[in-house]
Amino acid sequence: MPANKEPLPSRLGWLTRIYIPMIAKGMLISLREFFRKPVTIQYPEQKPTVSQRFRGEHRLTKDAEGKMKCVACYMCATACPAHCITIEAEAAPPEWEGRDKVPRVFEIDMLKCIYCGYCVEACPKEAIEMTNKIPTVYRTRQEFIYDREKLLSN
Amino acid sequence: MIATLLGLLKYPVTITIIKMIAAVAIVLSAVPMLVWMERKVSARFQRRIGPNRVGPMGLLQSIADALKLMFKEDFFPLRTDRVLFLVAPLLAFLPGVISFGLIPVGQAAGASFLGPNGVMAVSYLPMGLLVMMAVSSIASYGLAFGGWASNSQYSLLGGMRSSAQLISYEIVMGMAVLSLAMATGTFNLSEIVLQQQGHVLPAWNIFLQPLTFLLFLIAAFAETNRAPFDLPEAEQELVGGYHTEYTGMRYAWFMLGEYAGLWTMCSILVTLFLGGWTLPAAWLSPLASAPWFVAALVSFAIFIAKVVALVFFFMWVRWTLPRFRWDQLMKLGWKVLIPLALANILFTALVMEFGGWYAR
Repeated sequence: MPANKEPLPSRLGWLTRIYIPMIAKGMLISLREFFRKPVTIQYPEQKPTVSQRFRGEHRLTKDAEGKMKCVACYMCATACPAHCITIEAEAAPPEWEGRDKVPRVFEIDMLKCIYCGYCVEACPKEAIEMTNKIPTVYRTRQEFIYDREKLLSN
Repeated sequence: MIATLLGLLKYPVTITIIKMIAAVAIVLSAVPMLVWMERKVSARFQRRIGPNRVGPMGLLQSIADALKLMFKEDFFPLRTDRVLFLVAPLLAFLPGVISFGLIPVGQAAGASFLGPNGVMAVSYLPMGLLVMMAVSSIASYGLAFGGWASNSQYSLLGGMRSSAQLISYEIVMGMAVLSLAMATGTFNLSEIVLQQQGHVLPAWNIFLQPLTFLLFLIAAFAETNRAPFDLPEAEQELVGGYHTEYTGMRYAWFMLGEYAGLWTMCSILVTLFLGGWTLPAAWLSPLASAPWFVAALVSFAIFIAKVVALVFFFMWVRWTLPRFRWDQLMKLGWKVLIPLALANILFTALVMEFGGWYAR
């Protein structure tokens, strides 16, 4: 565009071009927002309602007899992109039928976890799933490492 | 001892010193409240809650912020102009406090020891309006010096914008004041308020001179560096503008100055156009027979309520209108507002000469 080209004549009417009615209109819109209810959720006291499919903290599931379903196959730990799952296996008690191993240690480091849900996808026994609990905040790093009992009761 | 102190009250000097201390206290206690109010109001405009953790309704938030800033490291950026760097925050802060001393904040008609006609103000200069104009524009030097001394491009641009804004909008403000002074016939702020008092229909200058009010209001937005004219501190482009390089207590002085300036500017607008401590109707006359301290307190409360309402208006505008671009600001100032102000002066003069029904 040549530098000295005249600007196109404005198609706005003079009422629009003196801005003041438009400013008044805008002011009324913002005033309406002023009197509406705030949408803030005051987090530690109020929790947001999340979808049923929300990927929150993990849980280890139990079968109908109350035994944990996990067979310590390491599939979840292998699938985990953040390497946050630590599993140490031990021999299953002989009376537990249909499996050789159970996890002696099952730890998830919630600080490393990215809540992607790949562990749930990988699990062949549906032994791990994600709750819709929002990840909690603690004061020490140690508290963020969830052990087997915590995950079973989560 | 106490009798001696009470005896001192006989002297006008003592009264003046007390009033000076009161004026400074009013401005300094208004600033944290304004910061709190700004945060609350802006939160509500964005459908948030705003500060609510420190103290009841977050009222102590500003105190907590000020304490934090006080304990920050005293820091100079590399190759700053030390003297100007130190002086600039004070220059930005002091005019707000000084010019508040010129503003009459209330009246207790019976108490002549408070001042002429019982009007409560620190100073009763006959040239009060001019002094106010002169003093309040010093704040811009603070901004310009701060921008220059910081040795930072962002700050320099902010300071430059501040001074360019000042020279264009100060003219508009001066012309608005001129037509107001033509109509009222005085520069004395308490007289201007008294003229607006005691009519059945509101005799406030905003109704008598709406265009003057509009011009002065727009210039006041530019003078206090508030949106839509907050170019000197445009956070998005200039990372804070003139106070980019300031930290700790010196930054706090700038913030203090900004809100003291806002407070004083709103007080001036209330004094000049919204009738100061008077109410629209002749409602205030019972106050003349009330005890002097009741009259003083009620008129002061009316004044403060008006100022706070106007501050709310300033915040409302800030959260509605987007910032002007640099060239748009200049264009609006020089090509729209100054011709309008000149036409307004001419119009006022014509009305004063030929429209006897209009002028008082």
